[in-house]
Amino acid sequence: MTLKLCNVTIGLPDRLPFCSNLNLTVLSGQVVTIMGASGIGKSTLLDFVGGHLAPGFVTRGEVWLNGQDAAKLPAEAREIGVMFQEAGLFPHLCVGDNLAFGLRRTIKGATPRRAAINAALDQAGLAGFYNRDPATLSGGQRARAALMRTLLAAPKALLLDEPFSKLDADLRAEIRRFVFEHAKAQALPVLLVTHDAEDAAAAGGPVLTL
Amino acid sequence: MKMTARSVVLALVLIGLVLPIFAGTWQTLRAAFGILPALGAVDLSLEPWQRLFALPGLMTSVWLSLWTGLASTLLALGLAVGFCAAMQNRLGGISRWLAPFLAVPHAALAIGLGFVIAPSGLLVRLVQPMMADNVPPNLPFPHDPWGVALISGLVIKEVPFFLLVILAAMGQLPIREHLATGRALGYGKGVVWAKIIFPMIWPLIRLPVYVVLSFALSVVDVAILLGPSNPPTLAVAITRWFSSPDSSMILPASAGAVLQLALVGLSIAGLILAEQLLARIGRWWVRRGGRGSAKAPALQLTAFIVILLMVLGGLALLSLLLWSLAWRWPYPHLWPQGWSLRNWANPRDTWGAALYNTALIGIATTTIALCLAIAWLEAEGRRPRAIWAEALIYLPLLLPQIAFLYGLNILFLQIGIVGGYLSVIWAQALFVFPYVMIALSDPWRALDPRLINSAAALGAGPWRRLFSVKLPILLRPILTAAAIGFAVSVAQYLPTLFLGAGRIATLTTEAITLASGADRRVVGTYAALQALLPFMAYGAVLFLPAVLYRNRRGLTP
Repeated sequence: MTLKLCNVTIGLPDRLPFCSNLNLTVLSGQVVTIMGASGIGKSTLLDFVGGHLAPGFVTRGEVWLNGQDAAKLPAEAREIGVMFQEAGLFPHLCVGDNLAFGLRRTIKGATPRRAAINAALDQAGLAGFYNRDPATLSGGQRARAALMRTLLAAPKALLLDEPFSKLDADLRAEIRRFVFEHAKAQALPVLLVTHDAEDAAAAGGPVLTL
Repeated sequence: MKMTARSVVLALVLIGLVLPIFAGTWQTLRAAFGILPALGAVDLSLEPWQRLFALPGLMTSVWLSLWTGLASTLLALGLAVGFCAAMQNRLGGISRWLAPFLAVPHAALAIGLGFVIAPSGLLVRLVQPMMADNVPPNLPFPHDPWGVALISGLVIKEVPFFLLVILAAMGQLPIREHLATGRALGYGKGVVWAKIIFPMIWPLIRLPVYVVLSFALSVVDVAILLGPSNPPTLAVAITRWFSSPDSSMILPASAGAVLQLALVGLSIAGLILAEQLLARIGRWWVRRGGRGSAKAPALQLTAFIVILLMVLGGLALLSLLLWSLAWRWPYPHLWPQGWSLRNWANPRDTWGAALYNTALIGIATTTIALCLAIAWLEAEGRRPRAIWAEALIYLPLLLPQIAFLYGLNILFLQIGIVGGYLSVIWAQALFVFPYVMIALSDPWRALDPRLINSAAALGAGPWRRLFSVKLPILLRPILTAAAIGFAVSVAQYLPTLFLGAGRIATLTTEAITLASGADRRVVGTYAALQALLPFMAYGAVLFLPAVLYRNRRGLTP
């Protein structure tokens, strides 16, 4: 699976575009890092790829994934997973139900679904956390649960929007390793946006500076 | 000193605004079980209930109330939620259009809607060129026996209120982020709203939904104007029995008022039960992980219906103004054939007294409510409000008016307060205070405490801090709360009718009385004035701070 951006231009009316005619290929299992100061439009680029752009932007270009132009599809049909700065666990659902929300529909029946979620919780070092309130989790636990929720949806590509920036320094390396390992294991093309050079070094892939 | 001021304010609110509600309900309850010394009834008995259940059409009235109340509330809620989901990115602009619909009194809108949907109304006139003959069609509106007109009228009025409440709730939640997360996991917008966003919003809007449900189940003025007439909804029937020339009817009417109270209580309990059930079903639905369809045509449809209803509401208000200015407007003409200021020209003999009463009562009630609210908020300081205090504020909005207003009237007569301005102002303040309080609480708490601390550090005592810092800075929210309070006062019907002993005529009571038979041009004039008065209050709210603070950018939006 390869994620390919072709001639991508994003801008606001009456302003210089954030990026113009950007071409980028992310191979399966590879992490491409996009760096740049805040406010330069890194997150906007990810929003464009994921389909979450706020209305008002002027965009052009293609996002090739799985043999089709994802830019023509609504966000929910793109099969592109996203991890944001905040873990974004739904506060009214328990941890397990958050993962159940993510788990793809092809796994049917209450028992197999429950088993799949418990396996994912296990992998994230959260065994026995099914009924926990997400608010009682530590920052690292939240990030791992959010990644599991994303991966359970079986995405074809992964976007990381500074998911480590809110974590404590000592946690950051651990979570980073956790995320990259899982993405590599599933051979996902990963697009990472960050302003932290350590993230880029740990990702080990090509680095693009906006 | 702070402590005593707090107890004084609390005592004032408790005795002035809470006690009358309990005492009124108690009087109603006593009368429902046969005790009303003023009528010579002193023995505890079930006779009022026997008489109540022997009254013709009672069960039909009960079912009508349940049907119209539940249907209008749930429909308005569903439409408002669907509209917010469909229009999520454009809500900022839409919220500006809400104020006029919120300001319009129910009765004015209902009268206008009656003008629009009547057999010879604006809607029929619009399609008339396609019809064969020149006779108004035989339509059951606006008093159709199924309550469709009543439900539409309530929905038009409640949708903007729900929109306001939902928008406020959405402002407290990271909706965009949750929506993006849900969509990245493969869910369509509508499904994310149903599975994630609505369950998060619900706890924040639950109480206003109960208030609307209680209102819709027990509303009198709108049900008189748009509801079925024979038999009418329960609340209208009870009002008729209370106003019957046969004063012994007060006993079964009181039993009816208790029945109405039970109806509201059971409906809210039913809603709470449905909530629990839906939460279980929702969890099961979330665990299944079904993504639903990517398209959301249902959302577009609700947005379309909401816009259609708002256009209908706009037409209703326009037709009030048109009728009040029409000289001749025979069927099937779409536009008046001649114009006249006749209905407006002679206030002394027509609407002058009602306008005077309405404005006087409105200003007095709003002033009292505003002073009490500011005193309460000031005494409360920065501590979070206790649950019981919050409940007390909502109490008069959750209880059906008819359950305690006639009882309060009996009580006032017993202690020598004869129906007049005092009792009407007092009774209206019970309902104006909660709205003023709700409107003022959030801005008051949001005031930057550093400003107050700086003032204190400069030697300003509590009074000076209040009058020279807090009140001027909070002028805009205070005036907004005042405008809301004034609009609520103008719209009151039952408190004026019962506590004024029929002697105090306001625009609302006059318009509703006239609507049952008088010339549309006369009714239109009263209803248009009733709608204009709150508009003018809202206009002043926009105008006054803009002028006073024209050189203060930090205090103008």
